[in-house]
Amino acid sequence: MRIALFITCFNDTMFPRTGRAVTELLERLGHTVEFPQGQTCCGQMHFNTGYRPETLPMVRRFAEVFAGYDAVVAPSGSCAGMVRDHHRVVAAQYGDSALAEAVEQVVPTVYELSELLVDVLGVTDVGAYFPHRVTYHPTCHSLRMLRVGDRPLRLLRAVKGIDLVELPDAESCCGFGGTFALKNADVSNAMLADKMRHVQDTGAEILSAGDNSCLTHIGGGLSRLRTGVGTMHLAEILAATEGDVR
Amino acid sequence: MTGADNVVWLGTPAFPEAARSALADSRLRTNLRRATGTIRDKRLAVAAELEDWEELRETAAAIKRHTLRHLDHHLLRLEKAVTAAGGVVHWAADAADANRIVTYLVKQTGADEVVKVKSMATQEIGLNEALADAGIRAYETDLAELIVQLGGDRPSHILVPAIHRGRSEIREIFRREMGEWGRPAPEDLTDEPRDLAEAARLHLREKFLRTKVAVSGANFAAADTGTIAVVESEGNGRMCLTLPETLITVMGIEKVLPSFADLDVFLQLLPRSSTGERMNPYTSLWTGVTEGDGPQHFHLVLLDNGRTATLADEVGRQALACIRCSACLNVCPVYERTGGHAYGSVYPGPIGAVLTPQLVGIENAASLPFASTLCGACYDACPVKINIPEVLVHLRAEAVEAKRRGRLLPTTEGLAMKAAGVVLGSPRRLAAVQRLAAVGARLVARDGRIGALPGPFARWSGTRDTPAPARESLRAWWRRTRTPTNDDARTAAEGEGRR
Repeated sequence: MRIALFITCFNDTMFPRTGRAVTELLERLGHTVEFPQGQTCCGQMHFNTGYRPETLPMVRRFAEVFAGYDAVVAPSGSCAGMVRDHHRVVAAQYGDSALAEAVEQVVPTVYELSELLVDVLGVTDVGAYFPHRVTYHPTCHSLRMLRVGDRPLRLLRAVKGIDLVELPDAESCCGFGGTFALKNADVSNAMLADKMRHVQDTGAEILSAGDNSCLTHIGGGLSRLRTGVGTMHLAEILAATEGDVR
Repeated sequence: MTGADNVVWLGTPAFPEAARSALADSRLRTNLRRATGTIRDKRLAVAAELEDWEELRETAAAIKRHTLRHLDHHLLRLEKAVTAAGGVVHWAADAADANRIVTYLVKQTGADEVVKVKSMATQEIGLNEALADAGIRAYETDLAELIVQLGGDRPSHILVPAIHRGRSEIREIFRREMGEWGRPAPEDLTDEPRDLAEAARLHLREKFLRTKVAVSGANFAAADTGTIAVVESEGNGRMCLTLPETLITVMGIEKVLPSFADLDVFLQLLPRSSTGERMNPYTSLWTGVTEGDGPQHFHLVLLDNGRTATLADEVGRQALACIRCSACLNVCPVYERTGGHAYGSVYPGPIGAVLTPQLVGIENAASLPFASTLCGACYDACPVKINIPEVLVHLRAEAVEAKRRGRLLPTTEGLAMKAAGVVLGSPRRLAAVQRLAAVGARLVARDGRIGALPGPFARWSGTRDTPAPARESLRAWWRRTRTPTNDDARTAAEGEGRR
């Protein structure tokens, strides 16, 4: 299958290793991965902060750059959710009929990583090996916008050597919320404190999730408190194999 | 009356500041966590009992959509039916109008006191204060409302207005205040729930037996029969609805349902969503007046107060479908930490964050649509499927537009968003910024992590380390390690050429 990688602007800049992991993983499963160099951003930050007209160029760019692939994969539930739930809204509100048509074409091909693996490629055991104690935070947009359900957990359970432990109160929001963490810093911190306490209660070495933005927030807190708990994107665990130093 | 005056009490600071003081109150947080957690679990259990729960939600949403689309029609039907049953219908355009009508009606009876069933609409218009100005004393009879009233406080939850109070606080309030309002609390009052309830019962009974006028809200009104419904747990509401000679109901115009049969759907959804009960203990229904039974004079005040304006917004109008069950409050991680007062309105929580700015005008409540992480728990919990996250982001756009209209110079945030838009508008500019960021970060990062940050990020970096941007972005890595396919080259060239 010819799959385009939508890395997302945040991962591109901060976590290229997640993009490399997605690429390794999909190639290991026998697929062709392409990286359209014209890609930039899904527009979520602008859209969710109320800067809607400013989102239009990004929606337009996305629809053009990712047209014509068998599938587009994003290692981010919230960016995939933005494309799926809101690109149509922006196109209808500010675009023309050609853009609306282009968005209509591309949106059904866009998947979050666990959806692509389980639903489209039909695999849950991706041949990974990761001998560590891991807990998983199901990020809000994966959970409630995309409804990925237990797909990430099914993938993780099939990983060899993993000690997967349940995160208490897992479905509670971590308090990141994009610009919410800046605009409502105090509430965000209060939510973060509870999430960190639950993570520490599991005794896990690694907290994993399908969104590096949430992990940056939770991991940043865990790092500041010197907890020793690390964070890792789901893709990196699934890409890990025996003999790998990851 | 300006927009900001009609949903009491929007004189508070913006949400982030109000939240800060709430967060500092550890007793408040403990009370909230315990109470919302209990109701949340009960709700999930009783909703799971119904196999057709999702169908019920869908049906309720459809009824509400239909009703709102034809609201004028159903309101006129309601007026006709209520009038035919011996009631009198009054139309109030805003809070001042409604308060004037109710005050006039009470004065007509010669009474100088009224008993009240818990009512959001009368809270919204500040009726108690308006009556007090006219020399009329209003007694709240819902136990939680009584606690709030005696405490000189404001409700902080739609369904459990005193959710922020613990029982020892309630004992103190009863001992200190009950004597001022009527029968005092017993000297030896303990903080046992049974004793507190008994004290309230004796205090209230005196008022039920004496007072000639009652004021109520309405949960639902059936347009075909003119029947009004009030749903409650304690029976105090029923006392108000049956004992006095005159009953005045103040109802938001969005509460109307096309037919009596529609109650079937909503009376299943409401108690399960609100208190986690299969059925609420008291459901009172009345249709006009009945000679020799119950109040002999019935007035229905239909309140607009910003609702027609809300109806005009195709996305925002779904907030008017709200049945005030408060399920969204109980699942909201933001509400759980701040409580209701931080929302500065009688309508707190996620539904308040979308309803209040529409009722009062976005410029008067601009911080509320941002008081959410958009986690979506409220949408999942809503029994009438109000897409609260959708309305929140819709109103955020309106808040930004309102701010733009009002100023000659853009805000700092506006400038930052504009700059980000320019960078993200082109892969080449994004790559250039990525290279700059990588160099800059190496200067300030320690062990690959960045500590304190300046300006708007200071609040972020106070409690979190930030990872340094990568030395090599993914796009740079891809270009370095992979021969570009024709397709990569094509999209890159097109991406640049267009701009």
